[in-house]
Amino acid sequence: MAKKRTVRSIPQERTPVRELDPVVRAANFEEVNCGYTEPEAILESTRCLFCPEPKCIDGCPVNIDIPGFILKIGEKDFRGAYDVITGTNLLPAVCGRVCPQENQCEGVCVVGETLIPVAIGRLERFVGDLAIKNSWVNRPYIEPTKFRIGIVGSGPAGMACAADMAKAGCDVTVYEAFHEPGGVLRYGIPDFRLPNSIVDAEIEKLEELGVKFECNTLVGRLFTIEQMISELGFHAVFIGTGAGYPTMLGIPGDSLNGVLSANELLTRCNLMKARDFPNVDTPLPLGKHVVVVGAGNTAMDALRVSKRLGAKTVTCIYRRSKAEAPARAEEVHHAEQEGIDFHWLSNPVEIIDDGEGSVCAVRCVRMELGEPDDSGRRRPVPVPGSEFEIETDQVVFAIGTNANPIIGQTSKLRLNKRGYIATDDDLMTSMAGVFAGGDIVTGAATVIEAMGAGRKAARGIKAYLGIRDTGPIERDEAIFGISSREHNFVRVRAA
Amino acid sequence: MTDSSNQKFLIVRREDFSDVTFLLEISHPMMARAAKPGQFVIVMSHAEGERIPLTIADFDRERGTITLVIQAVGKTTLEMQRNCQVGTALYGLAGPMGIPSHLSDAKKVVCVGGGLGVAPVYPQARAWKESGAYVIGVLGFRNKDLLFWEDKFRAICDELIICTDDGSAGIRGFVTDGIKLALEKHPDIEEVVAIGPPVMMKACAEATRPSGVKTMVSLNPIMVDGTGMCGGCRVKVGETVKFACVDGPDFDGHQVDFDDLMIRLRRYKEEEQVAKERWSETCRMRGIGSEAVSVN
Ligand SMILES: Cc1cc2nc3c(=O)[nH]c(=O)nc-3n(C[C@H](O)[C@H](O)[C@H](O)COP(=O)(O)OP(=O)(O)OC[C@H]3O[C@@H](n4cnc5c(N)ncnc54)[C@H](O)[C@@H]3O)c2cc1C
Ligand SMILES: Cc1cc2nc3c(=O)[nH]c(=O)nc-3n(C[C@H](O)[C@H](O)[C@H](O)COP(=O)(O)OP(=O)(O)OC[C@H]3O[C@@H](n4cnc5c(N)ncnc54)[C@H](O)[C@@H]3O)c2cc1C
Ligand code: SF4
Ligand code: FES
Repeated sequence: MAKKRTVRSIPQERTPVRELDPVVRAANFEEVNCGYTEPEAILESTRCLFCPEPKCIDGCPVNIDIPGFILKIGEKDFRGAYDVITGTNLLPAVCGRVCPQENQCEGVCVVGETLIPVAIGRLERFVGDLAIKNSWVNRPYIEPTKFRIGIVGSGPAGMACAADMAKAGCDVTVYEAFHEPGGVLRYGIPDFRLPNSIVDAEIEKLEELGVKFECNTLVGRLFTIEQMISELGFHAVFIGTGAGYPTMLGIPGDSLNGVLSANELLTRCNLMKARDFPNVDTPLPLGKHVVVVGAGNTAMDALRVSKRLGAKTVTCIYRRSKAEAPARAEEVHHAEQEGIDFHWLSNPVEIIDDGEGSVCAVRCVRMELGEPDDSGRRRPVPVPGSEFEIETDQVVFAIGTNANPIIGQTSKLRLNKRGYIATDDDLMTSMAGVFAGGDIVTGAATVIEAMGAGRKAARGIKAYLGIRDTGPIERDEAIFGISSREHNFVRVRAA
Repeated sequence: MTDSSNQKFLIVRREDFSDVTFLLEISHPMMARAAKPGQFVIVMSHAEGERIPLTIADFDRERGTITLVIQAVGKTTLEMQRNCQVGTALYGLAGPMGIPSHLSDAKKVVCVGGGLGVAPVYPQARAWKESGAYVIGVLGFRNKDLLFWEDKFRAICDELIICTDDGSAGIRGFVTDGIKLALEKHPDIEEVVAIGPPVMMKACAEATRPSGVKTMVSLNPIMVDGTGMCGGCRVKVGETVKFACVDGPDFDGHQVDFDDLMIRLRRYKEEEQVAKERWSETCRMRGIGSEAVSVN
């Protein structure tokens, strides 16, 4: 940084990223966004002003030192950039792809006041991908403790908590109900947004830290949370079971064949690989004219998956306007490019039977925005007499989820009014030594927030067990031929 | 790739009851400890397989095993019939799932099993017997050749009524005829449990509706995860929608909308046919025959 950069001196345009052609990609499951190349990343890094009081850091739910890692990219010290990010975020390749950056870091970046903000997400992903390609791991010096930690659920919350506890020298086992770990990253988010290979790579890193994964294990039913502490010998437990109990709309016709939740569509397609049916055994409902209700990330995934599976028309119905759509801006944009039809400000009122128990059309009503509601968004109200019908053979609901009831049914943990697990500020539940975080505490949120919660709970668990972080070892030269990088970050010891 | 490779769901015993029905006993000590009557498991027989729900027909805490009784009706179950031999292992086995059957303090009960429902009703009949109730078993089969577990039921039932469609064993008639017989003879029956194909459960619920005897059924909608995550297993019970895998699978038979269930079970008919045909074709080409295919 010879000269201080200003908004005037930096490249005015955001460095574009290569994307697959919309027509080609709408017929396959290849990743849409190809990611920055090294020169592109370096060029984009020159758009950061290195603000003395960077707003982006406050905008990040886990407060990544954003200018810190961008500086390293500019210096071509990519390994250094990776170390800066992984000081707070364990999953840069995942978060760079799926975070709603426009509402977080990029939404508050000062460059954004006059120009398009710095492409923080793409830079983060660049670093994360490079780390996977070069198998970088920050294997810390781990001093074993005698503690055993049980983690329930292998989504981002569970993965983050597992990593921190493994680094703290604990013996960590992650239990997952499905036959493959990863949570929503595996069963929900499709390959064209987050390839399975990235999830595999992140899980392998955890295994290298000594984390054990036990799949096919439905906690609560196979053994209870209480039994984990009293019989299985865990000193502390973290629950990160997510919020995947899908809501149906409760309108006439919603149990007809051809009506399903986005979770079912995505699970069949992603986890069960049903898009290869009949080479795999799980069948997939294939619609020719698909209607998806909702406009969050889940809805965008359901829309774009349906398109890729060969639907002729794919229509999105959302009761508010585009500005209120909760999905990442990039996903809505990509969906539009791929030829998805959007019916903003409309709401389904009835699903119509073809006479044989299958759906043939959906009747909708137009909406207009009225007074702001509790969430501060303007409340949609139906326009009388504006009903219309859309012909369809498949209706997919992506209108949100509720708390999964299994842990509540099988333990004495205190739940809140909506059925989510109640915790204190350190994410400890009503049971001593049992912590919880992620969607099962907050309700459906984001990957980065779940990961942040997993890490916060890990701090809570360490405090509860009396494990104390002794801080990173700061040495410049290599000792015994091992560079200090390899020693790295968390060195902990039981107090 | 991380998967269940560190886990082994070893098949330790197999018994064939007929050319469509077979039993697998699988080693899983932890599940044997946890299982309760009315619960089920999700099985994946291989990595490309489907996740299919199967009721835990028995569990042995000492041996550390659970028992499944399976009817070969489509691609997955036919393939299991061919490939699941003693010494092989299942790829995935998760459970026990679902809310255990509520064991009421009824003094006199009827346990009805039809076809593939015979095995799953067994643990509940046994549990009632153990709690001191008077247990009347009603078992239905199409014919004598399909009959199994008669001795097992005799051992735990105070009375046993076998019904076959053609009269080749027991009385000639459906399980509903057996229920009527039992209700006539014992006006003090407090509860009926019926497990079997949806048409049968519907008929049982209708048979007891006039007398108002509480009738529990165990629903078998198409499932994917079995953990409450997909909503594919939703059923209409009274005015509400329930997910059979986490809110059930047992429900009050007088409240269940069976027609809705039966329509939804047809959802993947075409795909099921495709998968089954491909499987028979594969068997034919490999010259291994698939005699069971012609049976269904
Ligand atoms: C289709 C879809 C798209 C999304 N897109 C985005 C996006 O682009 N960006 C973003 O930031 N967020 C996105 N989200 C939200 C984000 O994925 C979630 O907020 C996040 O994954 C929550 O993490 P978690 O660890 O709390 O739970 P999950 O990821 O839900 O993981 C929970 C895990 O626990 C397992 N489990 C549940 N119960 C039990 C039990 N009893 N025993 C054992 N295991 C159990 C489940 O099988 C699951 O694997 C999306 C969500 C969906 C569904
Ligand atoms: C809670 C529960 C418990 C069950 N317990 C047993 C059991 O103990 N023994 C047993 O043999 N079967 C049981 N079933 C049914 C079993 O899951 C199906 O027979 C199996 O999924 C069929 O798979 P397939 O590929 O062989 O056949 P497919 O080709 O998929 O289907 C063939 C036929 O089976 C029906 N079918 C498909 N899926 C299901 C399903 N999930 N439930 C019911 N019928 C289905 C179809 O409508 C079709 O007529 C149970 C189902 C549920 C939901
Ligand atoms: S707010 Fe924007 S310009 Fe400022 S440090 Fe953060 S990324 Fe750089
Ligand atoms: S099987 Fe998916 S919710 Fe019940």
